[in-house]
Amino acid sequence: MMSRLLSLRDSRAAAARPARRSAWWQRALPRGQSLVTAIPYGWLLLFFLVPFLFVLQISFSDVEIASPPYRALLSRAEDVVSLALNFGNYRYIFGDPLYFDAYLSSLYMAGVTTLICLVVGYPIAYTIARAPEAKRNTLLMLVMLPFWTSFLVRVYAWMGILDNEGLLNQALLALGLIDEPLQLMHTQLSVQIVMVYAYLPFMILPLFSNLVKLDGRLLEASADLGCRPWQTFLRVTLPLSKNGVIAGSMLVFIPAVGEFVIPELVGTPESLMIGKVLWMEFFDNNNWPMAASVTIVMVALLIAPIIYLHKREEKALARAAAR
Amino acid sequence: MAESSLHQAAKTAGAKSYLQIVDVVKKFGDNTVVDHINLSIAKNDIFALLGSSGCGKSTLLRMLAGMETPTSGKIILDGEDITALAPYERPINMMFQSYALFPHMTVAQNIAFGLKQDRLSRSDIAERVERMLELVQMKKYAHRKPYQLSGGQQQRVALARSLAKRPKLLLLDEPLGALDKKLRQQTQLELVNMIEQVGVTCIMVTHDQEEAMTMAGRIGIMSEGQLLQVATPGEIYEHPNCRFTAEFIGETNLFGGHVVEDEPDHVCIHSIELPRPVRVGHGITGTMGMPVWLSLRPERVGVSRQQPVVSGNWAAGTVGDIAYLGGFSIFHVRLDSGKVVKASVPATHWREEAAPTWNEPVFVSWTDNDAVVLTQ
Repeated sequence: MMSRLLSLRDSRAAAARPARRSAWWQRALPRGQSLVTAIPYGWLLLFFLVPFLFVLQISFSDVEIASPPYRALLSRAEDVVSLALNFGNYRYIFGDPLYFDAYLSSLYMAGVTTLICLVVGYPIAYTIARAPEAKRNTLLMLVMLPFWTSFLVRVYAWMGILDNEGLLNQALLALGLIDEPLQLMHTQLSVQIVMVYAYLPFMILPLFSNLVKLDGRLLEASADLGCRPWQTFLRVTLPLSKNGVIAGSMLVFIPAVGEFVIPELVGTPESLMIGKVLWMEFFDNNNWPMAASVTIVMVALLIAPIIYLHKREEKALARAAAR
Repeated sequence: MAESSLHQAAKTAGAKSYLQIVDVVKKFGDNTVVDHINLSIAKNDIFALLGSSGCGKSTLLRMLAGMETPTSGKIILDGEDITALAPYERPINMMFQSYALFPHMTVAQNIAFGLKQDRLSRSDIAERVERMLELVQMKKYAHRKPYQLSGGQQQRVALARSLAKRPKLLLLDEPLGALDKKLRQQTQLELVNMIEQVGVTCIMVTHDQEEAMTMAGRIGIMSEGQLLQVATPGEIYEHPNCRFTAEFIGETNLFGGHVVEDEPDHVCIHSIELPRPVRVGHGITGTMGMPVWLSLRPERVGVSRQQPVVSGNWAAGTVGDIAYLGGFSIFHVRLDSGKVVKASVPATHWREEAAPTWNEPVFVSWTDNDAVVLTQ
């Protein structure tokens, strides 16, 4: 009994030991864990937030014939520091229907691209995720293979396919399906086709990494409880892959909104997208403040739904925890 | 031989059996996982398929659920041949080993999942879910998600979900395998009570003999794709029909030997490990001189200091190890032949005298009805 008590006291002492306070200099040093997380934070701060603040600042300034071609927000004259904010750019953007139309057509194109990528990419991602493990890497490689050649080369290749004398028209003519070449190049359709092609891998990869984690037993349970395969898909697979769908859609939608190269190369001059507007403001008009304002509005348009989704998720989690 | 007797059993039981498994074979490539299984199960029976991992019991269960198709053979449930039906067409529900609850649904939604598929009205579904929640005592947790539940609670939800559709046959795949030992013992009888309350025919698969013996009315012992013995827990324990069953269920002492006297009501065995004659009080289907095994459960073996006055069924030895387990002790007695016999002796046996200690010479003995002769 005595030894039992003693050993108990020993173990208590041992448990108390690590709680001893460390020396002041040990506490002052950052711990390894916070150091590791500080690196990406520092990176984002330096290369994302700071440049963004620059752009934000320029968006509130005026054009000036100088280098750089805008007036500084803060000016000092006779020891008085004055801050001049110019809201004119924003007023102009919201006033001129050209900008509104460009935003709308960009959002529309990006939205349709995202939707098509989702419809085309989901079965591909699902097939790869359900493939035997040995085959999966090969299939994934095939999805990523196009990245090995330059993006521009791939767009030019599409021009070769969609052109009036291109491969597609020639094939259709040879098959006798059409009598004269279809006008594919420089249409909405050609922009849409090439954008879906270019962004598809960004949909497939996050969807794959989500679907590959799907527990096959859940599908069996669903079948066992009376669901046909398509019902299982709608009631189990699809809801469980929600996060993959969201991630893939964002990866496609966000860069697609600002897409410049594809509409420039295969699009029509009439349909103006916001990427083109930015280019024109910046390079053709040399109007940095206007270009900056267009950018800020675009970022706001993209970030608002992200924040909304994030908040909703948080609320759902809090509700679940409260139960 | 066992196969043909099983055939016979399947045929005779056919009339009153609810589920019939007729000569079912499953091969994966060249590998025969389920080897000509015949089995019939009566309505409202709780049947356990017991075997170690890889014996084919899970494959058999998956064929009943429709997730695997038999290579040959038939499965008949309530007079209907269901062999070719898809899982979603079968009036069978399964409780999965890891429960397979839908993580994106609440407890109530999980239970309602199969009911929605049956196109029941909204109020009918709500009522049925309510009743199921009551049955498994999970009413309080109806709106929780599976990850907010303990293992035992998840298991109850899984049971409720598989019972909600009122299946003709309930399948349980290692029903308590994911629970820790203490909770498992407590849940065994609870689970049986719930199943009996609903009154459903049930087949469970387990590798845990205690689970099978506690829960099931009948047990089928499986090994290497074959059903070795189908009987009540008591019969399986007291009268195993083969060496595998005797060793698999509980502990036993096995002695190799051959038949020296074969009468309808008794047999005599000669074993080089037991110098005295051995007489067993039941007949066997066999021939003189055939090699057999003698199975002797530890609790059937007596230990004493006095030499038994009868001519046979005993052996002399010395006490090797003693495992003291409170209510009883297990004596490892080394016979003069070198064979170690385990004897489980209740503590109450040693009222008159002290229990033997290490290296003490003792005698182990048993009666005609204690040993069982195994012919295979």
